[in-house]
Amino acid sequence: MAIELKMPALSPTMEEGTLARWLVKEGDEVSSGTVLAEIETDKATMEFESIDDGTVGKILVAEGTENVAVGTVIALLAAEGEDVSAITAPSVPAEAPGEGKEVGRAPDQSEITRKAAQERPKKRDPEIPAGTNMVTVTLREALRDAMAEEMRRDDRVFVMGEEVAEYQGAYKVTQGLLDEFGPKRVIDTPITEYGFAGIGTGAAMGGLRPVVEFMTFNFAMQAIDHIINSAAKTNYMSGGQMRCPVVFRGPNGAASRVGAQHSQNYGPWYASVPGLIVIAPYDASDAKGLLKAAIRSEDPVVFLENELLYGRNFELAQLDDHVLPIGKARIMREGSDVTIVSYSIGVGLALEAAEKLAEEGIDAEVLDLRTLRPLDKEAVLESLAKTNRVVVAEEGWPTCSIASEIIAICMEDGFDHLDAPVVRVCNEDVPLPYAANLEAMALIDSDRIVAAAKKVCYRD
Amino acid sequence: MAKAATSDSGTTASGPARDSSDQAGGDNFELRSLQDSFESEKRYTASQDELIGFYKQMLLIRRFEEKAGQLYGLGLIGGFCHLYIGQEAVAVGLQSALQEGKDSVITGYRDHGHMLAYGIDPKVIMAELTGRQAGISHGKGGSMHMFSTEHAFYGGHGIVGAQVSLGAGLAFAHKYRDDGGICLAYFGDGAANQGQVYESFNMASLWQLPIVFVVENNQYAMGTSVKRSSAETEFYRRGTAFRIPGIAVNGMDVLEVRRAAEVAFAHVREGNGPVLLELNTYRYRGHSMSDPAKYRTREEVQGVRETSDPIERAKAELAGMGVDEETLKQIDKDIRAAVAEAADFAEKSPEPDASELYTDVLVESY
Repeated sequence: MAIELKMPALSPTMEEGTLARWLVKEGDEVSSGTVLAEIETDKATMEFESIDDGTVGKILVAEGTENVAVGTVIALLAAEGEDVSAITAPSVPAEAPGEGKEVGRAPDQSEITRKAAQERPKKRDPEIPAGTNMVTVTLREALRDAMAEEMRRDDRVFVMGEEVAEYQGAYKVTQGLLDEFGPKRVIDTPITEYGFAGIGTGAAMGGLRPVVEFMTFNFAMQAIDHIINSAAKTNYMSGGQMRCPVVFRGPNGAASRVGAQHSQNYGPWYASVPGLIVIAPYDASDAKGLLKAAIRSEDPVVFLENELLYGRNFELAQLDDHVLPIGKARIMREGSDVTIVSYSIGVGLALEAAEKLAEEGIDAEVLDLRTLRPLDKEAVLESLAKTNRVVVAEEGWPTCSIASEIIAICMEDGFDHLDAPVVRVCNEDVPLPYAANLEAMALIDSDRIVAAAKKVCYRD
Repeated sequence: MAKAATSDSGTTASGPARDSSDQAGGDNFELRSLQDSFESEKRYTASQDELIGFYKQMLLIRRFEEKAGQLYGLGLIGGFCHLYIGQEAVAVGLQSALQEGKDSVITGYRDHGHMLAYGIDPKVIMAELTGRQAGISHGKGGSMHMFSTEHAFYGGHGIVGAQVSLGAGLAFAHKYRDDGGICLAYFGDGAANQGQVYESFNMASLWQLPIVFVVENNQYAMGTSVKRSSAETEFYRRGTAFRIPGIAVNGMDVLEVRRAAEVAFAHVREGNGPVLLELNTYRYRGHSMSDPAKYRTREEVQGVRETSDPIERAKAELAGMGVDEETLKQIDKDIRAAVAEAADFAEKSPEPDASELYTDVLVESY
């Protein structure tokens, strides 16, 4: 049986080409690797090699022929031991496999539906038992305790990053961990974000549970390829084989007078990536409970902290194992007139704004998103249904922000509940300036949130 | 080939190799300490059965890749497709010295050849290439993104150089667990110029991680020859600044590759930290299927095929050992049949179910 040589596709987009020149003639012996012809694609002239040994029987498409469709039989090859003279052109053009052929595609693509929201498990924060002792801790201590508790619980957990061990943490978040767990599990890295993010990701793929600290998330831009291309996408690309239970954590957003390169909120960047979990807590209880959940998660987590909150004191319930559900927002203050949606440091400003609004007779609800991906859409819509007015407060740029996303959710799924357009209060759309006055002008504050809330209540 | 694997004279300013205390961790680091031990006995002595095994594996890769090229031409494989033809001795020789169930492997996007060398079923690899449900990643990875955790093969990474840091992470996990395993991390002469490679060299040496870095120098980073892209073209020297000893190896001879693997793996297993291997090899085909390869002459490619082909070399050696023509023909026939079966399977398997679109994005439900 003669071997059919078909017009090859020589680029991802090629559908037809010109058979520029035959380099063999009928009767020639060829072997694997012999160049048979030159074929012009839309991009280049390519050599077409034989992969079989044999003798050229019939050339079916003459050189110089243009617009030869991919898959057309262009020549026949007699295999070793076959009679060349017996080869004739097929009477019916051979069907090109893959070209319009049934390959098992489902007939109706509309069958594809997203996992419905109702399929998601309803997880709530665990009840705090009556009589539980409340203690005052800083956010920094809560984060440290979360790591220490998880390291005691699971010896696969380790912490790596710049100055996390001997220096006790650039912002003292890892204070005391080296003393308790030793240098095997608390590892100082060189200043080499791309490299150690890759090593942390690889260690997670290899079965460990790394907590990778970035001194700030601004420096993680050097490492973002591993966070997104390696950590977030590999489970999907491997059909579910490759787990990557890594936590990338560190301060995010504006600090104080450190200029544009050290003052950016990456929440919206990471929250746009399927395959990542993105958490941005405000208070110590959420920081501790969610960091513990992040370390236990089988998925890669970006955990965004805030430098200005590290030293702030919060009340924390003294529980043996305080773990909170990922993907659930939290109502920080109940109200009925307007919902202020926020996360991270913005929550503190929103609560401040709510107090000021109360003085003016406006009862504001404050919703802390806590997790930015997967976003708790239901909580946003429930609160909207209750207050019918939404303001989003975000310490970050306005364009393509979490605020933009909340507005889209309200438009798409909550339009009938809206009594006013949703308003966002974000930083000014400029790189963060250094000068104290300009910096203050560029950042959000509670007065701007108050003004926005009054606007959506038509009280301005 | 663009250069000989042993072009360096074998001497260094500080003289010949010293004892093991002078290696990576010591004060008198010697780049060529392992090269000298390798030079003293350069080729592995394989039994006839072993060589037949290597020959079969290399031939399987060659025939599989030729078939993949053909299926690409027929429009059954989409996107990018990087063939391993010409480089077969590298993966086969190195893999043969690994300890199954203990060691891990990671590579870049030119990965199907490697997967065959690790004994992964050609059917599921070909079905991934054609984007089918039966593919090893259920059709969601494609030619550049294949994995088999069962075989400790960790990909299959499409970003040039990323596998080097990830591989250092796998080695970190071996050391952390103290499981005795090593990681074999492959990358090309192109990736060898990426910054993260050197960040990883630094940490791997600093922390004495059990990793063998392997530069598969096939002489061209896509269309740019080594000479046009690299200030130091002797890649095995590139670990010097990090106290990583290097070995230059002829990657077209499976027995030389195997021997180099033994020298390198033993050094790493003994806890001496990383080794850098440079395997000088050559790809016969373009960088990917859509590469017209105009940056080199037809004669250059033909010259390597005729004088250095790893499969022809092994075949000649087998003949020298007394293996008859009939046996070799039968091997070829069997392999062609297995590849044809894989292609048939890959062509007939259905595309992924629509429900696969949303699976495996996250492991847990939140």
